[in-house]
Amino acid sequence: MTTSTVVVKAPSRRSLGLRDNLGRWDLAVSPYLFISPFFILFALVGLFPLAYTGWVSLHRWDLIGGELGWAGFDNFTFVLQQRQFWVALRNTASIFLISAVPQLIAATAIAAALDTHLRNKTFWRMSVLVPFVVMPVAVTLIFGSMFGERYGLVNRTLSDIGLGPIRWHTDPLASHIAIATMVNFRWTGYNALILLAGMQAVPRDLYEAATIDGANWLRRFFLITIPQLRPTIVFVIITATIGGLQIFDEPRLYDQNGLGGEDQQWMTMTIYLYKLGWNQLNFGRAAAVAWLLFVVIVAVGLLNLFFTRRIASSEDGRR
Amino acid sequence: MSVLASIERRRALARIEQRPGAIVYGLLTFVLIASVFPFYWSFLIGSGDAGTLSDTGMSWIPGGNFLHNVRAVIENDSVNFWHALANSVIVSSVISASVVFFSTLAGFAFAKARFRGRRGLLVFVIGTMCVPTQLSVVPLFIAVSKFGWTGSLGAVIVPGLVTAFGVFWMTQYIAQALPDELVEAARIDGASMLQTFWRIALPVSRPAAAMLGLFTFIMSWTNFFWPFIALNQSNPTLPVALATLQANYFVDYSIVLAGALLATVPLLTLFIFAGRQLVEGIMRGALKG
Repeated sequence: MTTSTVVVKAPSRRSLGLRDNLGRWDLAVSPYLFISPFFILFALVGLFPLAYTGWVSLHRWDLIGGELGWAGFDNFTFVLQQRQFWVALRNTASIFLISAVPQLIAATAIAAALDTHLRNKTFWRMSVLVPFVVMPVAVTLIFGSMFGERYGLVNRTLSDIGLGPIRWHTDPLASHIAIATMVNFRWTGYNALILLAGMQAVPRDLYEAATIDGANWLRRFFLITIPQLRPTIVFVIITATIGGLQIFDEPRLYDQNGLGGEDQQWMTMTIYLYKLGWNQLNFGRAAAVAWLLFVVIVAVGLLNLFFTRRIASSEDGRR
Repeated sequence: MSVLASIERRRALARIEQRPGAIVYGLLTFVLIASVFPFYWSFLIGSGDAGTLSDTGMSWIPGGNFLHNVRAVIENDSVNFWHALANSVIVSSVISASVVFFSTLAGFAFAKARFRGRRGLLVFVIGTMCVPTQLSVVPLFIAVSKFGWTGSLGAVIVPGLVTAFGVFWMTQYIAQALPDELVEAARIDGASMLQTFWRIALPVSRPAAAMLGLFTFIMSWTNFFWPFIALNQSNPTLPVALATLQANYFVDYSIVLAGALLATVPLLTLFIFAGRQLVEGIMRGALKG
């Protein structure tokens, strides 16, 4: 085997028999062997768990006691009748929207700024990415101290300019804004770089032509950049949706108890799942929530795709 | 007329090519300050004492207690700082090395080998990126408990050994960076697929592999949800350990924020040396995504 690998001269016809067979076998089988680690691992930690989650959700299942018998859809009907479930869904959607929409707008503006002829390009690009290396746990601890109700930096600044304090840990909407701020701190720059890459792929002669036609910066931006950027925007929205709807770290560490606030002000779906599974030890119900969340994510993903398609095609029509 | 048009064109080009004005630099400076301010804030509070945050006459000049607070974090028994740091290094290194190796291996096969079902399988890989893996915690936890892995690093490492993103990323790169002729030549010289991979594909993929490794390292270093469930306080990763800082009844923010800053230092150092590559990697990945 080792000698055959260092053959430099063309091998003689006769010695080809065995090697030829080995070679053919190698060509046919090796590719499957090379890609198999991914598929095996995905089957074990992706596909199987998804199916098994379904199985657990149809049983009474205790964290310690294990399976306690068939439950049918009881877990689902129980969860769907809980006020907490709907509150969690509302909070998740609210935090997601409050973070995603301003983040996308800010990221697009930053990307447009980075897409100009800057001095020290690399410096500015790196500077927007700094927050990305801070772990969400640290981000939450840092921002949590700024959003304190009595002594937080934000409320102190607000009172300095004559505004009343905001109850960041009591009022649901205020807590959602605080949590969304943490998400945006970490991800806006990252998404700006992705959008910047998309902007740089726009053919420059489009801008040239538009400028000759007298279009100013703003018109160029809305009539060329944004429509050309559509696939990138869709990509950013889809990834933000998958990540955003599963949000856990920030609401978990927003207070010491980690269960989403006294009145579930900022209890998200994943926090609820955790609460059911690891506080109430009810894996059947936790699994039911996992599946419901999966359905929500898929639905929102499809909705996104549908709307972005529609918006895109109507824009194409207008042009 | 044509002279006029060309003047017009040059003027238009000049307008696009010109250096940006104060608004652009102003916006970017604002973003820069917003990016860096939380670090300063952490240092400000982290260098004070338990009363600094609630001090109404709070000064913007850091105090002298930072090292003292850092020591309080390190010596806190429930935090296990050094243990957590070592665990984070192990988990992130093993996961990055494994993701890079297996993704490059699969990427090489997808990009350069001809086999039945190649296209379909690649589409499948991309499709799996949309499956939210976090939702699998319940069965993963059941499986991990059955194997007796709860609390051990294996429970955190194994699910991350290879990712769909990595496979897709390396496939894209190898497809354009490795010429078919080179693969063909190696085969004619009698090299097996594995040898071709090891001696030709792996060296060629080094730039993309480095970016993938960097990205994967950051993602696993900052990961919280699954390690938090699978591990416990006596054997944590850094984010899990950091979270316990706040779990006390009385929260001393000077110590919490010193800890938050301390936990950020390793990746921040990495960023200073490899930030440029990370920026490049994210931008290149975006174009194909």
